[in-house]
Amino acid sequence: MIGSPDVVAFTKEDEYGQTNPDPWALPEEFSVPLHPLADSNPWAKTSYAKFTKDFILISEFSEQVGPQPLLTIPDDPKVCGTFDLNYFSLRIMSVDYQASFVGHPPGSGYPRLSFVEDSRVVLGDSKEGAFAYVHHLTLYDLEARGFVRPFCMAYVSADERKIMLQFQELSLRFSQASECLKAGNRRAFAKELQRKLRDLEYTHSVLQREEGLQREAGPQCIYSAHAVEKANELANVEKSIYEHRDLLRQISSYHCRPRRDPHVVTCQKCMTECLNECEELLDKYAKLANPFGYTDKGGKGEEGQGQIDDEGGEEEVEEDEDEGVKRRPSYTPQLIKAKSAKCFDKRLKTLQELCDETFYEATVELLKETERSFRGDLCYLHTRRLDKALRRRQRVTNFLFEEDLGDDDEDEVGTLRPFCAVNHAVDNYTLLNPPPIVLGPEPLELDSLEPPGPLDPASETSHTHDSELGLGESHLESSPSDQTLETQESSEETKGSFSSDKSGVGPAEKQQSLASVRSEPPDPDSDLTPDADHNTDLERESSSEEMETTAGEEEGDNGGDQTPVSLLEVVSELEGSREDDCERETDGACELESDLLVPIDTACCMSQEGFLYEASAPEADPHLGQSSHHQPSETLVVNQEPQALLPLQDDYAVGSPCSESPAAGLELPVGLLGDAVSRISVEDGSDCTMSASTGSDRAASPLGYGGVVTLRQRKKAGQGALRFVRQYPFAMQALWCLLSGRTLVVLGADEGRVRRLVAALALFVPGPGKCGERVQAWLSCPFTLTDLQRWKLIGLQRVASPVGSSMLYSLSRYSRYISILDADQKTLRCPPYRGQLLANIADHRTYIRRGSTYFLHVQSTLCHLAAKAFLFTFTHHLHLPVSCTEGPEVVEGRRRCFLQEQLGLGEEDSQILLYLSQLITQQYLRPATGSSAAAPCFSFNYTTSVLYKI
Amino acid sequence: MVAQPVEKSPVLCIDEEQPKNWFTELQVLTGHFDIVRFLVQIDDFRCASAGDDGLVLVWNIETGERLQELRGHSQQITAITTFTCNNGLMSHTSLITASSDRSLSLWDPDTGNRVQTISDLQSSVKCLLVLERLCVCLSGGEELCVWNKDFQLQCHRQNHSDTGITALIELPKNCIAAAMDKEIMIYRLTVSTDSSMSVAEIRCLSDHQDQIRALINVNDGLFASGSHAGELILWDAIDWTILAYEHILWEESQTSAQAEIRMGAPKPSEMSIQHLTTNGTLILAAVGSGLYVYSILTKTVVAYRKVAHDSNVLHTILLSDSELMSCSEDGSVRMWEIQDLPLPAEPASAGFFGMWNFGRSNKQTGPPSKKVMDVPNIRTLELTGDLIGHSGAVQMFVSFKENGLVTCSTDHLLILWKNGERQSHLRSLALFQKLEENGGL
Repeated sequence: MIGSPDVVAFTKEDEYGQTNPDPWALPEEFSVPLHPLADSNPWAKTSYAKFTKDFILISEFSEQVGPQPLLTIPDDPKVCGTFDLNYFSLRIMSVDYQASFVGHPPGSGYPRLSFVEDSRVVLGDSKEGAFAYVHHLTLYDLEARGFVRPFCMAYVSADERKIMLQFQELSLRFSQASECLKAGNRRAFAKELQRKLRDLEYTHSVLQREEGLQREAGPQCIYSAHAVEKANELANVEKSIYEHRDLLRQISSYHCRPRRDPHVVTCQKCMTECLNECEELLDKYAKLANPFGYTDKGGKGEEGQGQIDDEGGEEEVEEDEDEGVKRRPSYTPQLIKAKSAKCFDKRLKTLQELCDETFYEATVELLKETERSFRGDLCYLHTRRLDKALRRRQRVTNFLFEEDLGDDDEDEVGTLRPFCAVNHAVDNYTLLNPPPIVLGPEPLELDSLEPPGPLDPASETSHTHDSELGLGESHLESSPSDQTLETQESSEETKGSFSSDKSGVGPAEKQQSLASVRSEPPDPDSDLTPDADHNTDLERESSSEEMETTAGEEEGDNGGDQTPVSLLEVVSELEGSREDDCERETDGACELESDLLVPIDTACCMSQEGFLYEASAPEADPHLGQSSHHQPSETLVVNQEPQALLPLQDDYAVGSPCSESPAAGLELPVGLLGDAVSRISVEDGSDCTMSASTGSDRAASPLGYGGVVTLRQRKKAGQGALRFVRQYPFAMQALWCLLSGRTLVVLGADEGRVRRLVAALALFVPGPGKCGERVQAWLSCPFTLTDLQRWKLIGLQRVASPVGSSMLYSLSRYSRYISILDADQKTLRCPPYRGQLLANIADHRTYIRRGSTYFLHVQSTLCHLAAKAFLFTFTHHLHLPVSCTEGPEVVEGRRRCFLQEQLGLGEEDSQILLYLSQLITQQYLRPATGSSAAAPCFSFNYTTSVLYKI
Repeated sequence: MVAQPVEKSPVLCIDEEQPKNWFTELQVLTGHFDIVRFLVQIDDFRCASAGDDGLVLVWNIETGERLQELRGHSQQITAITTFTCNNGLMSHTSLITASSDRSLSLWDPDTGNRVQTISDLQSSVKCLLVLERLCVCLSGGEELCVWNKDFQLQCHRQNHSDTGITALIELPKNCIAAAMDKEIMIYRLTVSTDSSMSVAEIRCLSDHQDQIRALINVNDGLFASGSHAGELILWDAIDWTILAYEHILWEESQTSAQAEIRMGAPKPSEMSIQHLTTNGTLILAAVGSGLYVYSILTKTVVAYRKVAHDSNVLHTILLSDSELMSCSEDGSVRMWEIQDLPLPAEPASAGFFGMWNFGRSNKQTGPPSKKVMDVPNIRTLELTGDLIGHSGAVQMFVSFKENGLVTCSTDHLLILWKNGERQSHLRSLALFQKLEENGGL
């Protein structure tokens, strides 16, 4: 027995929060709930899945073999482990959530293409320990049954919460991928239709000629069985020409359809291109309004074949003009056989073939990117996003200690650019607001701002929105094909959604409330979405963290026969037990589904009878029937033993996507150097000071010129810094030097050791620059004042040669500007530091054992410092007189008072703050356009240095 | 020239408490490709630098920006001066440069244009003097030429001396004093009714024993000259008589100084007056690597330090009656204060300031101090701070008062020394101004 996929309902706790929010409270998105998992042990990993990491699965419901997995991202067999992809595909594809009805509506003469919106479902297989965000989509295939091929893309994770809480963004990203696939598919479909039409017309001409020959042969032949058959064949071909032309018309009118999907983000240029292409084709075949005209022409011409070839050539030229790059051999029309091969014999097109190659590849890229960005567990994702959100707010001080926010991050959180497969210029993109960060049961939504209408918890679910959508568009979509098979249940559902809509808030109100909160309302792509309420949908959807968990809501009006039931199911469950947000069983729904599913078997190939819709059950039916099985799995989910998920995720390169940035190429030579260095130090057995593994040696390499310093490298450096702090009792003084802007020279004979020390200490260089420009890992010539001005941390080679003496000379000459850390003798010469500020990050008896922990500890301390410096810098009265009677000494006194009494900083600690403040000021004053012609300033003070020994 | 490394000292750090040194911020100005020898102040915030690369760069000393790059000379610059022409309301400052390529150029520092240029002079110009009162410019070399503001030659006079004119100063009554080797020649410039000019030799003062190295105006009635042999002569500016004759290192040279110098004595530079500066009441003489403060009132040396630097002092300035500054071939700029000697028995000690910096002065301040001890009101020259940054000889500096100090050096660099606190305050002001303009963060 195959269990039914557990449709997981998305629930959230009700928000009867205070109506008057505390104006001083931290913005909600920044507040970290103290007990996000109050009800359960947060360490209790629910996962007993057979796979170790999240992955993306693309499956197809093949009309020949049923559900089958096509592709996983990452495309690595290790990813899935022993996890049965076939089984899982079967489960996620076993229900037609899209309710794609295709067929021959009674009223119309031609088959219709179904314009199905994607559906988004969260499915769980509690037995397998796998949960998935499943995005169903259909692609057009002329040879497929009903011209559609159902596909799905699933984000599979062992962590249900992760999927639930990231639903919005998953949905957004998969929608992009889906749109990309579909755009490519429409293109390919139009081309296929074109080819088919050409074939048909050729066949038609041949048949006509044969008929003509028969007619000439004499009247006795006209009524022969053979002639009748020919005549029927001709009629069928004619019919199918009409049908195909209609299909072409339909596919080209695709863009005119109102889209209900709020996540639809399309590249306008692609759209227009595709549209133009289709229209051209349509024009071309509209010219042949009378398909027999073609034969007439053929009759006029000497030979039909030649004529066709000519035309084909012409078309190719046109196509080439359209496509620009691609040049294919000219197409020779084929004679369409009256009886085509059976469905099961023929080879189905692959996904690549269904979509344009470029679009397919772009989609895969997009999904890869998605997979990357969702690596790590929920907590990690959440904190990373919190971190980014915070840093975005602190643009003024970010440069001090934070790693650079790359452009990809910009995309990720700041604005989501609609994906364009063909990489069109960015001028035509629309901005979308990303879904907000979701953590824990607390909703981050702006519900408190909404009118207190939604007291009914059910109406707070996405149900409301979607039924609104349904209301808004049911009349738009009331094409006969959509409603023909609407069942009793679905009409009930429609009513239900209408009623729930009444309890909701008007779209306009919502929009207002949202607009008051959102700083940048998303740009509606009005060109492609003629319906006005799309905008509101878009905003509403992208801003709300409510999730569409069931497919039913998507299909509320789409004639979806089985989905409304699942929706009702969800609603009732929401009303019933909301506190339990485990997966739901949709047994009832599935049972109904199996009943309600209208088996549609469209002509998968051109049959002589034209399009016929047999009532035979599709292959998948047995599965669907069996899928009513379900399992009680809630208890299993929670009581599972904790598993070491984190390390697994860790070696999966949790780091920022930057680590795979093209800068890696730049790093390479340095990395090699670093390796060589590490070898040296390994050979040097007596060197126990920094017996670092080769892994941490790499951390040394990227510092200095040549590559962006990534978070990953910085974390690695954390290990070195921790070692430094634990090993050297004067680490605090060294850190103080760096933080107070005094250049630190690490002097040593062993390059590896010096480089490692520099890499570790580089963490503490304020404003190290994007590529660590202010750090020089290894210098083997005497330095000058310009170097001191440029670098704040210098690794200097100690040489015992004449060069060395001049180096010593420069060291002594500039000794007032530098502190010298002698790595060989383990001494530090620097001004004395007696402050307390750095005691907690430079405690050589620290209990922190892990480098990454220490790194985070340091980060938080430095962040704290930066915040203080920010406050200090931008507090007006600390720098400028309040009244004109005040002299500079009053301001000076106030500043000192602030530093000493309010911040509790001693003399030396104040210097750190003053230096950071100076950096912030300079950064703020720096002209936005380019670097100024002026040289940078170099500040120093005249103080006595002392020699620290170990 | 690279500064001679001082005694090799294993000590890498020295105590550097300099509470009176307010230069706590510096900017390195790059742009020259060779020794930078000259600095002139154009106005309150601009200065021009020139050197052996033939380049003249105009700097904004408030921001450290390079404003203009005046290119045109093919060889090293030998003299530079500003030429302010005041026509009624507006006064416009131009730059005049002279180069070894025997050309003379007039520049507009605002636009960087070369307004006028005179090439193919008979000899290269060694010094320039602007008489703003007459709106003329004098160039001295092997010949003395007088140019008007449009760079038209008004008159010129050939010299008989081989060395040519090395220094020019203006004296009252349209007179000019020119230093030529051991003599000071007094010229008179006469402007006839048709505004044509003529220059005539009036007097030749040949009282110096050795080559004249420095010639300065002290005040309206006095001018001073210093020679390679350490003679400092104070002259009356009107009747050109000697008012005072001071042989700075007389206690040593009394016996055999002149003979020694003539024969190329072992330490000729130690008594050579490299540079003279005055504020009207005091004359500061840079003698060898030492500094001597001479009071015009008492006509005595009031304070001195025989070894103030490790190498020859190249340029000095009197900031006030008690503060002075000097720069030297050793690459440092030092700030001094004339202080009353706390204990007359104790010779001036520099030991406080460093373990190696002033080692030599400890050794050598002994003998002369004994001699000068007799003078009751002798004061000491105390080092209050030094600026270390250049890696070559510091050729010259220009003080912009509280805005800072610009130094130029043989290491091709200029360094702008500033008061860190003041700059920080200015930046804060700018920050809040920008904040206001931007309407917040």
